[in-house]
Amino acid sequence: MSEMLILNGRLVDPASGTDAPRDVLVRDGRIAAIEVPGGLASVANSLPVEDQIDATGMVVAPGLIDIHVHLREPGQTHKETIATGTAAAAAGGFTTVVAMPNTIPVNDSVKSLRWMLDAARGPVVKLLAMPAATFGSLGSEITDFHELVKAGAVGFTDDGKPVLEDEVMRAALVAAAGLGVPVSQHAEDTRLTSGCCMNAGRVAFRLGLRGMPEEAEARIVERDLRLLREIERVERVRPHLHVQHVSTARALHEIRRAKAAGLHVTCEAAPHHFTLTDEEIGDYDTNAKMNPPLRAEADRHALIEGLLDGTVDCIATDHAPHASHEKEVEFERAANGITGLETALGLALRVLHREHGMPLSRVIALMSAHPASVIRLKERGTLRVGSYADVVVFDPAAEWSFAAGASRSKSRNTPFDGAAMVGRVRATICEGRIVYRASS
Amino acid sequence: MTERAKRAATREAGAGLLSGTTTDCSAYAAGSLLSVEHLSVADVAGILAMTARLERMGAAERARVLVGRTVALLFYESSTRTRTSFELAAKSLGATTTLVSDKSSSIEKGESLKDTGLTLRALGAEAIILRHPSSGAASLLARVTGLPVLNAGDGMHQHPSQALLDLRTILLRLGRNASTVDAKTLDGVTVAITGDILHSRVARSDAMLLPRLGARVVLCGPPELLPEGALGLGTGIEIERDFDRALARADVVMMLRIQKERLAGFDLDLAEFIERYQLNAERLAAIASRVLVMHPGPIIRGLEITGEVADGAQSAIEEQVSQGLAIRRAVLVRALGVKA
Repeated sequence: MSEMLILNGRLVDPASGTDAPRDVLVRDGRIAAIEVPGGLASVANSLPVEDQIDATGMVVAPGLIDIHVHLREPGQTHKETIATGTAAAAAGGFTTVVAMPNTIPVNDSVKSLRWMLDAARGPVVKLLAMPAATFGSLGSEITDFHELVKAGAVGFTDDGKPVLEDEVMRAALVAAAGLGVPVSQHAEDTRLTSGCCMNAGRVAFRLGLRGMPEEAEARIVERDLRLLREIERVERVRPHLHVQHVSTARALHEIRRAKAAGLHVTCEAAPHHFTLTDEEIGDYDTNAKMNPPLRAEADRHALIEGLLDGTVDCIATDHAPHASHEKEVEFERAANGITGLETALGLALRVLHREHGMPLSRVIALMSAHPASVIRLKERGTLRVGSYADVVVFDPAAEWSFAAGASRSKSRNTPFDGAAMVGRVRATICEGRIVYRASS
Repeated sequence: MTERAKRAATREAGAGLLSGTTTDCSAYAAGSLLSVEHLSVADVAGILAMTARLERMGAAERARVLVGRTVALLFYESSTRTRTSFELAAKSLGATTTLVSDKSSSIEKGESLKDTGLTLRALGAEAIILRHPSSGAASLLARVTGLPVLNAGDGMHQHPSQALLDLRTILLRLGRNASTVDAKTLDGVTVAITGDILHSRVARSDAMLLPRLGARVVLCGPPELLPEGALGLGTGIEIERDFDRALARADVVMMLRIQKERLAGFDLDLAEFIERYQLNAERLAAIASRVLVMHPGPIIRGLEITGEVADGAQSAIEEQVSQGLAIRRAVLVRALGVKA
């Protein structure tokens, strides 16, 4: 029997509606008891000091959940491995991450899924995966959803590219609906974005770069919502569409309307999209290049509004590590994506909580209970007694600057090197094990 | 101040510390010429003064200005005017030049721009003149080598020495003092830039430079080749879709070639384009019998401009080429930090 105490902290557990001083007892990887301060004194007296965390002045919250990360293993381990990527996750307060399938080879089979989820990969936090929606993510034939869900798949996606064909997307939505998992869509009509490497608009014009129009995102979202309506009417099943990394006001508007109309659609927003705009590219900074691209200020504001009003269900990082030689090239040739696991909480607290007045408990919900609910994850994303002891302890008032050089990730591709953060992780606990502890 | 610069200032003063600003060129070696955005009006005046000084020198004296200095020309795209004029400019100043092109070098074997730049630096290049099909390539090369880089055209982005030679041509042909400029030098002068604006680094460079010296720039072309986003280039710029109206107001008309190599699958109706936007003798006689006709080349005779207009009395096209040689001497001297 292993025990741990987290004492004197402010417990913020949105799922149970708790925001109060509480002591937490962890036993054998689960939350064993939650009591008012001092209520666990008898346990404290018998437990060695090294198994007690003093969380005075700290927030004690459910470990964060990121349903959108790229861990690059197998195939691109020069960028990241499951071990290094999940170590970065732990440092960022995450206790569960969902790996995208665009590895080499693509994760599109039970065999590749099992290999990825094998403990031999050395994940530091709970690792889940969304396998490819289509074989090779080539967009033509859906994978074996049934067997993959049995092997642990929490959803399906061809992330990095869309499922473009109507009939293929329809088949994926129907198959996933029967299994109770979402189809996660990278909403980009690639027929409109050939050769494009940033957002369309004035900045793109000035830089002489081809821009992706907002229609490219909206068109796929609109098409997918139409498919949802048709499937509900014809097939009598209720598919779940999850829209990844929404970046435009227009797509968000469509999602808001669809939710009001009762469709089962959820969506995520990435911290870089609610923090930065395409102006950040400056003089061709490839660390400001990702897909979907940084958009205009109006889009950024729409995302923040959507996060505040609940249209956006959760925050997801789209952590996308790349080696320096893949970024230190001509802008249009540079790899898409930035790292995000270690900056997500600090940016969310800065931008949403401090700058836009979102209550702390809502920020936490967007990064724990809500993403858990999108992938129907049980016993995580909450600190209810009996749940897994996935916990993040952070100083909500700490102001600090992120240093990319100190990242646990193998890669350094971030526009947030030196950027201001609010809220600093002191400890991350996954299934009762301390997986990250701040040095000072 | 741009929004971005404002945010940067706010960030530096307060919470955030994100990277860079639009006009921050401190990351580049002095003497670099990457974008007209990086040039102050005083910088432009300095380059014009230097151009005039070098022009007044005798050939023998001029040939000593950069003696013992080495510049590399790195060309990833074909070029006649720009490459030849940079090369002749450097040689006329006594510099040693070496030409590396993507067709006959290790670039074909996959060597990156960074490594190519570092190799040229290791071989003694003190400045690199770069032409490249990717926007931003010159900034990248300047950052990774730390050398002064002269942008001889990067993708659809910038061609700053072209803007400077266009400026000097305009000043001379309008009978102005070509040795200096200030923010009012071109007050009352309207320049109509016409044709394929979207793909043109010359259009961007001219449209961002000339208004800062007092000119009014009218961009003219169909929406496919001139999106509204062009207005973001700066102040003093407007869009006029009707070529005849633009021409009627213009003191200078700058015609541009349709860049078929950059159309990226877009199908343009050439007959309609010619009908609406070709600069021909009839149009010139009827609407703009005094306008100065310019074109950065290459010209496609019979498309954006007819042969008789290109060769006509109002045309300054050949003079632009000659001014290219003069301007490029000055920017080379500036790049190598020589007092002449």
